[in-house]
Amino acid sequence: MVRTLTVPGRYDQLEAVCQFVTVAAELAELGEKEIAHCQLAVDEACTNVIEHGYGGENVGNIEVRCEVAPGILTITIHDSARPFDPAHAPAPNVAPTSLDDLRIGGLGLHFMRQVMDEVQFSYENGGNTLKLVKQKK
Amino acid sequence: MQTAHHEEGTVSIVAVTGRVDSSTAPELETALKKLVEAEKTQLVLDLKEVEYMSSAGLRAMVSTLKAVKRVNGDLRVASPSDRVNEVLRLAGLSSIFAIYSTREEAVKSY
Repeated sequence: MVRTLTVPGRYDQLEAVCQFVTVAAELAELGEKEIAHCQLAVDEACTNVIEHGYGGENVGNIEVRCEVAPGILTITIHDSARPFDPAHAPAPNVAPTSLDDLRIGGLGLHFMRQVMDEVQFSYENGGNTLKLVKQKK
Repeated sequence: MQTAHHEEGTVSIVAVTGRVDSSTAPELETALKKLVEAEKTQLVLDLKEVEYMSSAGLRAMVSTLKAVKRVNGDLRVASPSDRVNEVLRLAGLSSIFAIYSTREEAVKSY
């Protein structure tokens, strides 16, 4: 089963995107924590598209596609922003020893990689496509 | 997201309810920064009723912590929900914030 939602690139759409993904994750029979991870990954991905890809709100749309199979959810997020190269994204310091040592940028991508089973970026059809996969454990 | 603020002695408590994401985090940061600007520097952030927090919420918290530390104050976290605890841990922030299991403990810590 495939479901698709297209929203304008605005932060006030994040909750609707999370709800859309939650329904798909429930259909895929993922557990509560796995669903929470999908919500976090999709929120961070869409926030990055708006903030870094489009450079602000109301610049372009975000298409979220959920492919549901028993025990596995594949989420594809497509935008029409400039190409994103994860190799050039700043890495957060996730082992800060002091407040001065703390760099908070880059957490979104770090979260996605921590909580999802697969995170894959590509640039095609004039936009970025991010594939996120979560499997039931 | 909703925030509620009240004072207990010299301690300012901000209780947050609902979702803290990129849409609502600026509102949280503004509420906290207003307290710092009003020279309220002993802050407790009660996150018991936070159902969801993204990195945007963490950025608001870290930004406030840096601001309040500059004036010798602190932002202490009370009763974070499981989801908040997880993002704090994923971000490596569990040791940066003083975290208390109840609001009462956080207030008493000052």
